[in-house]
Amino acid sequence: MGESTQELDALVQREYKEGFVTDIESDTLPPGLNEDVIREISRRKNEPAFMLEWRLDAYRKWLDMPEPEWAHINYPKIDFQEISYFSAPKNPDDGPESLDEVDPRLLETYAKLGIPLEEQKILAGVKGANIAVDAVFDSVSVRTTFRGKLADAGVIFCPISEALQEHPELIKKYLGSVVPQTDNYYAALNSAVFSDGSFVYIPKGVRCPMELSTYFRINEMNTGQFERTLIIAEEGSYVSYLEGCTAPMRDENQLHAAVVELVTMKDAEIKYSTVQNWYPGDEYGKGGIYNFVTKRGACRGDNSKISWTQVETGSAITWKYPSVILYGDHSVGEFYSVALTHNMQQADTGTKMVHIGKNTSSTIISKGISAGRGQNTYRGQVKILRGADGARNYSQCDSLLMGDQCGAHTFPYVEVLNKTANLEHEATTSKISEDQLFYLRQRGLSEESAVSMIVNGFCKEVFRELPMEFAVEAQKLLDVSLEGAVG
Amino acid sequence: MLSIKNLKAEIDGKQILNDLSLEVGAGEVHAIMGPNGSGKSTLANVLAGREGHEMTAGSIDYLGKNLTDYNVEERAAEGLFLAFQYPVEIPGVSNIAMLKAAVNSIRKYRKEDELTAGEFLKLIKEKAALVEMKQEFLQRSVNEGFSGGEKKRNEILQMAILEPTLSVLDETDSGLDIDALKIVAHGVNTLRSPDRSMIVVTHYQRLLDYIQPDYVHVLAGGKIVKTGDKDLALELEERGYGWLEQQVETG
Repeated sequence: MGESTQELDALVQREYKEGFVTDIESDTLPPGLNEDVIREISRRKNEPAFMLEWRLDAYRKWLDMPEPEWAHINYPKIDFQEISYFSAPKNPDDGPESLDEVDPRLLETYAKLGIPLEEQKILAGVKGANIAVDAVFDSVSVRTTFRGKLADAGVIFCPISEALQEHPELIKKYLGSVVPQTDNYYAALNSAVFSDGSFVYIPKGVRCPMELSTYFRINEMNTGQFERTLIIAEEGSYVSYLEGCTAPMRDENQLHAAVVELVTMKDAEIKYSTVQNWYPGDEYGKGGIYNFVTKRGACRGDNSKISWTQVETGSAITWKYPSVILYGDHSVGEFYSVALTHNMQQADTGTKMVHIGKNTSSTIISKGISAGRGQNTYRGQVKILRGADGARNYSQCDSLLMGDQCGAHTFPYVEVLNKTANLEHEATTSKISEDQLFYLRQRGLSEESAVSMIVNGFCKEVFRELPMEFAVEAQKLLDVSLEGAVG
Repeated sequence: MLSIKNLKAEIDGKQILNDLSLEVGAGEVHAIMGPNGSGKSTLANVLAGREGHEMTAGSIDYLGKNLTDYNVEERAAEGLFLAFQYPVEIPGVSNIAMLKAAVNSIRKYRKEDELTAGEFLKLIKEKAALVEMKQEFLQRSVNEGFSGGEKKRNEILQMAILEPTLSVLDETDSGLDIDALKIVAHGVNTLRSPDRSMIVVTHYQRLLDYIQPDYVHVLAGGKIVKTGDKDLALELEERGYGWLEQQVETG
């Protein structure tokens, strides 16, 4: 493939369109982590006393915890004292009431990212006509749209910092109930210093009238983002939620350690989709986000369902295992993932499905794409506990390799304590074949379009789980991320 | 339409085509027959511009243009179509989506307006009927899980939709039962026209019972050793290729 390789090499330079910096004055805590910093974060957010105690408790536990080293990723040791744990755009008052009070530079930032924050425009426009957005900029939420319309349906959708003021009883009841403080090193750190994130509460019997989404943006230098998201779906309710993330291009690595907790009661369903496009670093592996995320859902009620869909194209390092604990009988857990590593990116991602209730079922579809010198690892666990009669799991892990310097690794763990369980596992590893490329090019498609078509076909089972608008975005993102990846 | 002069080509340094010359006029159907390993598929691939098939001497003139100036997709857009001997499977990509992208990619190259979804749907329905292909095949992934006959019918469907000027059919009859062969031949015959030429590469005479060629060429040892009309194909069926190969060696 001599000639075409050269043509493709010219395209290897991936353009990260979201890599700009917003020039805005920020109020940023000096780098470093100690109890005073945690007290300061809590004070600035005017939190109830129980919250501060909970944070300090997590921090003290974190100090004694070892950093996990089992993942198939390499990176220099993170100096947690060099990171700033709070940064917010300067604003006369916290929490602008109307759009006029939001700094125009922030509105411009989100406009550039294609995230609509002006309700009238959204309603008038075509794109995103039925989506409410919570926009989180560094450590704070700058705007949440359509709150009025959602409130009419009884849905609470607000920054978690605000939920602590308005609905402390719900936070107290559910925060840490799915991901305990000491669940893992990064979850403990997040519990101590989390700054903002989204809170969603869907009352009994309500089908959320809009898609909800949170858009996370890291802007400030040397700042970590530690967001916390909590979604509660009461009996018989339904919500579809999407998160997106981007960050400026910088030579330094930045830490993002989030925790997401989902709870579904009887007959409730949460569909949680992620399009992760943090800055991946340059082609030599300089810069990029370290993405250490804990996501877990608890199907507490019978017949409840939690479905995770993720498209992970960004970050220098991704460490993330969205999981479902299936307590309720007949409850359902799903995990659909596309993870792409190009250049020097490393991803160690997968899921955990824990079957506790009877006749519970789970589905895992993982698609890993490695290009350049990217390393892509699937790590998944299926656990069938003693009482989980009639549990079923179907797992499928497919890897697609592009070029000969990348790697794909699969670590499936299975633990079955009940004889009636039924588990299926399928795995494939393939390369884009020259035959496929020649075939499509002979039909008139450029090599680039041919690659894009083959890769999108490979990811189809996952993309069709995404809400319509985002499926299109995800395909485009994959195209950009893969430019020139064949060789 | 197509003028191949003294073509030499090699794969991995091994010479396959040796001094091959061929003239194809507009509207003509040429059958190329020959024993295994004679270079039939190599000729088809060289015409399509496949990498790894290196042309070391000679010239290929196509509609007054030097074909080698164009890459694979440009040749396709210039109206050259190759029906594959082994059509490739592309999981997760629907037949209809691939075809729509192909049609519009070619139209874009020709600076024509892209077809709308409605226009394309109309076109594909009409053409699918030609090869008796059911709607469900259009929605299925390209060639995935297709039987041998379905794959070949799919190739003819693609040819019908892309409306090429020069079609090269590489062993389109291989792996076909008699019913599928008739459907494929019917599709090909319907597409015959005064400004569309075809090169039909085949190992057996059987296909030529259904697609009547204007010329039959025998390829052996990398060059055309004999040219005749359809009676030559019948003679080959009877006598095999051995006598021609011997002629080449002794001559």
